[in-house]
Amino acid sequence: MTESGSPVVSMDAITKTFPGVKALDQVRLDLYPGQVTALVGENGAGKSTTVKILTGIYRPDGGTIRIDGNPVDLTTPNDAAASGITAIHQETVLFDELSVAENVFIGHAPRTRLGLIDRAEMHRAAARLLDEIGAPFGTHTPLRELGIANKHLVAIARALSVDARVVIMDEPTAALSHKEIEELYELVETLKAQGKAILFISHKFDEIFRIADRYTVFRDGAFVADGEIADIDENALVKMMVGRAVDHIFPARRPTVAEEVLQVVGYDHPTEFADIGFRLHRGEILGFYGLVGAGRSEFMQSLFGITRPSKGVCKMNGKIRVIRSPADAVANGIVYVPEDRGKQGAIIGLPIFQNITLPSLGRTSRNGFLQLAEEFKLAREYSERLDLRAASLDQDVGNLSGGNQQKVVIAKWLATQPQVIILDEPTKGIDIGSKAAVHEFMAELAAQGLSVIMVSSEIPEVIGMSDRVIVMRDGRIAAELSGDDLRPETLVRHAAGISTPAPQEA
Amino acid sequence: MVSRLIPVREAILAGAILVLLALVASRFAGFVAPANLANVFNDTAPLIILALGQMVVILTRCIDLSVAANLALTGMTVAMINVAMPGLPIPVIIAVAIALGAVMGAINGLLVWKLSIPPIVVTLGTMTIFRGTIFLISDGKWVNAHEMSAAFTGFPRAAFLGLPVLSWAAIATILVFGVMMARTPLGRSIFAVGGNPHAAVYAGIDVGRTQFLAFVISGALAGLTGYLWVARYAVAYVDIAGGFELEVVAACVIGGISIAGGIGSVGGAVLGAIFLGVVKNALPVVDISPFWQLAISGSAILIAVAFNARAGKARGRIILKSTVAPT
Amino acid sequence: MSDSTLQARPETRHVPDRLNSRAFRTLRSWESLLLAVAIAIFIVNSFASPYFLNVWNLSDATFNFTEKAMIAFAMALLIISGEIDLSVASIIALASTAMGLAVQYGAGTPELVVIGLAVGLLCGAFNAVFVTIMGLPSIVVTIGTMSLFRGISYIILGDDAFRGYPASFAWFGQGYIYWVFTVEMLFFVIIALAFGVLLHKTNFGRAVYAIGNNPTGAMFSGIRVQKVKFILFLLTGLMSGAAAVFLTSRLGSTRPSIATGMELEVVTMVVLGGVNILGGSGSIPGVVIAAFVMGLVTFGLGLLNVPGIVMSIFIGLLLIGVIALPRLWTMAANRRRG
Repeated sequence: MTESGSPVVSMDAITKTFPGVKALDQVRLDLYPGQVTALVGENGAGKSTTVKILTGIYRPDGGTIRIDGNPVDLTTPNDAAASGITAIHQETVLFDELSVAENVFIGHAPRTRLGLIDRAEMHRAAARLLDEIGAPFGTHTPLRELGIANKHLVAIARALSVDARVVIMDEPTAALSHKEIEELYELVETLKAQGKAILFISHKFDEIFRIADRYTVFRDGAFVADGEIADIDENALVKMMVGRAVDHIFPARRPTVAEEVLQVVGYDHPTEFADIGFRLHRGEILGFYGLVGAGRSEFMQSLFGITRPSKGVCKMNGKIRVIRSPADAVANGIVYVPEDRGKQGAIIGLPIFQNITLPSLGRTSRNGFLQLAEEFKLAREYSERLDLRAASLDQDVGNLSGGNQQKVVIAKWLATQPQVIILDEPTKGIDIGSKAAVHEFMAELAAQGLSVIMVSSEIPEVIGMSDRVIVMRDGRIAAELSGDDLRPETLVRHAAGISTPAPQEA
Repeated sequence: MVSRLIPVREAILAGAILVLLALVASRFAGFVAPANLANVFNDTAPLIILALGQMVVILTRCIDLSVAANLALTGMTVAMINVAMPGLPIPVIIAVAIALGAVMGAINGLLVWKLSIPPIVVTLGTMTIFRGTIFLISDGKWVNAHEMSAAFTGFPRAAFLGLPVLSWAAIATILVFGVMMARTPLGRSIFAVGGNPHAAVYAGIDVGRTQFLAFVISGALAGLTGYLWVARYAVAYVDIAGGFELEVVAACVIGGISIAGGIGSVGGAVLGAIFLGVVKNALPVVDISPFWQLAISGSAILIAVAFNARAGKARGRIILKSTVAPT
Repeated sequence: MSDSTLQARPETRHVPDRLNSRAFRTLRSWESLLLAVAIAIFIVNSFASPYFLNVWNLSDATFNFTEKAMIAFAMALLIISGEIDLSVASIIALASTAMGLAVQYGAGTPELVVIGLAVGLLCGAFNAVFVTIMGLPSIVVTIGTMSLFRGISYIILGDDAFRGYPASFAWFGQGYIYWVFTVEMLFFVIIALAFGVLLHKTNFGRAVYAIGNNPTGAMFSGIRVQKVKFILFLLTGLMSGAAAVFLTSRLGSTRPSIATGMELEVVTMVVLGGVNILGGSGSIPGVVIAAFVMGLVTFGLGLLNVPGIVMSIFIGLLLIGVIALPRLWTMAANRRRG
């Protein structure tokens, strides 16, 4: 690119170390005006750290950041904003109790001559910004009344409220529907046309090739390559990302017809799902596909006893079971590996072995008294089975990487010797290497006779692993697919509700 | 949408206070005479001022249990200053009281901000330290009315436009807080820090610094109240306002300030304090032993917190579309 | 010992059970630091006052902490689970008032003990209902019941006091088991052991830690979180009832202002004992040592004729100091390194 000339922002030899981890090692990144630069890398490659350095949340340990060629010090988020760098973060970092306008302008609200916040001006300016991006709600609305997609629009308006030259988008489409994603793409085009430099972080390759002009690849906290999207293809990019060509092959499985283990009939919830019913057989992997927010996790948590269905029956091995709490579910052989590992899965602060034995204490203890030797034995057995990588079993589970924490959670449940294991987005946030290991392990479990329910939003995973797939839409079962019907297009059409005649399940 | 414009919690609390007044008036009409109501307000003024300070602290997810001890130490200090230098003008005394209170608040704030010690531990500790310090400086002796100067004790009772200065101090505090919470960056930051500390960092708000400022505000108000309290009752001793910190927290809880931070309003805190003030002043009027007061305020806290929690309870996610006909 | 498993699957990765030896950990623990403080205070005290090393004086000194410590053990579990009970001193007042009331109707010592414990248990259950069943924050609920419970005592007693406890009732707070060893000491040891075993050696104790570190995660792991918390509030109430029995027996009378402010001393003892006020960690041995530290400080300063209110300065400084100093130390160390 000769036209665009010099980069607006240029990171050079940036290093950032956390206790025990080198998050970034001498990386560089250039952002050009009017262009979208995609930052590509696996989880743990250092993308989020880069964003946090550019937005003044973290301070780099070494290296220089230049804006228009002049070295700058981005010590606080306010410095970054003053330098024209703004970000739409991965999580919504907004305030439920404040109004939309206040959310847009918090930290830099317009002031009156007395130094007070100029509310009228603030609402006018917010209304202008919301109008620009086509937001369908007023500036006085309390944020807590907005849905996730609309909150996202507020975040975008907030980013635009700063007179930004650089806009960072950290996985902006993760929680959005198809239509909303299309609208976001249009917005990106608008921003490009205004000459803003855009840093776009995404895991979705179709997205990267659609809107990015340039790419930069990080791997394990180090810079690998950069260049123009036009000069590269998907395979080459993946190769750079993982350091090897990845031709992900799902483990071969032989679906067997075996006896029924679990039967769910007519599960209803006042607001989250309705009329959910299915059967699950021994050794089967049943996939649950749907868009984010289709009610899959909500149903699974109800099956596991976290929330109570208003109606519905659950049968294990033909006998009706009443599940009012997770403890009941575990006692009946149903376990759940949640999507939110940090909050619902691992108990950070407790050592690995105590995490693993927590639901199995009834077996390792005697008359309610702990027996540490038994606990270590059980923990050792399952951590070795899962190939856990840790310094010792009495290490705090919080010190493990995401993938290894996931292994501890799975080990915890396998140690209870369940009949049905529900895996909610089991490979989300796990690097490609660990992903294959988890898939391998799932196949192994099924082969040993365990029944698996897998909730996943990744089409290749759903198709590659499942014997049967239930597609959910708006809290209901939209379709049940198996065999030749298991095709990406069918899944997407049922999930989005664009199949020709609405499939009415009996 | 329209219902959103009327703060529901405050309306209900105001309603409860009116019902209470009506009940008392049915037994003793004189209670609702303007002069008596002005008395009740004046009597409640210290609680109102402290409740507003506490509100700011609670909004940032902290708690300040040292306010009563701060009040007592400041009160004793200014009383002793007055004994030593009777000629010192009252504005100087007030400035000293506010500054001293603010310094004590700053100590709490620094321990919370710089050393990240949980606020409840910090203020539990400083509460006993401040209280003990009163004994150290006073040797356990009382400062009595006859030792204080007439100007010192007269100021809070001086009438201005029909109300004592003490009441005007509360009114001024309410007005300042009304503007501060709604119209200044600090006020909005306080809500932001309590509502979502994680997001506040991204918005360029320093969480620890905001909490520090909240403690300084609470401390400064405790200092101001310290002077007003000692001057009004014309006596200073180690145990003044003992246990008052809990009444202050109670006023906030009754006023709908969420102990989890981020939710609350100036109106709520003021109404919570007035509710307790009305109860306290009404009991003797309707011939109920003042010993009932403690149990009543305890019950009020429980009812208020149960009510507020019910109002703000998170419902399940709404996924099902109402347009889809049930099968 | 895991060699066999290693050989069975040669490719499995071996993860050792423990890295540091238990002795090494003990040495570096909070409890050791606290023990050193206790010993230092003991030595300073024995030099400062000639009366300190008298066994009878030391025996008397234990009254400074035995009753509080009984509650502190239960409170430690409650705080580790992420909750708190600020109403304990008010429970003492209500339980003591109930006992005093029973005396007026001719209750004997066994009835008094049962009544004291039962009222404690009921108050605990009352708190538990609000916190675990209605899901309200325990700090607010127990600030409320703190006023309510003591308020009921005031309604019953007003300015009065109950006296006339039976002579045999005095055994609990004034009796001796053997030589200088008081009845309270005996119960202190028994209760400490019971709570130590409960927290550190049982499944229930493990659940308490799990809940304190991550209540959601514990619930998702099949632990009945609300049930465990309910039991913890019951235990705290029960121990407050027990403390009411001992304190009432020792004082021989009941006023509604009995044990005012004791909740803060109990919380101080627990936090000083190394229990994280935010939940998740702490130990009973730590609380035991903290009880001794607080008792020794109070007693030593008392011998030097330092008034109680000034001692509280010392306790307050100790509370903040023991938490602040290690943090300051780490900050300084980081600065030197950086």
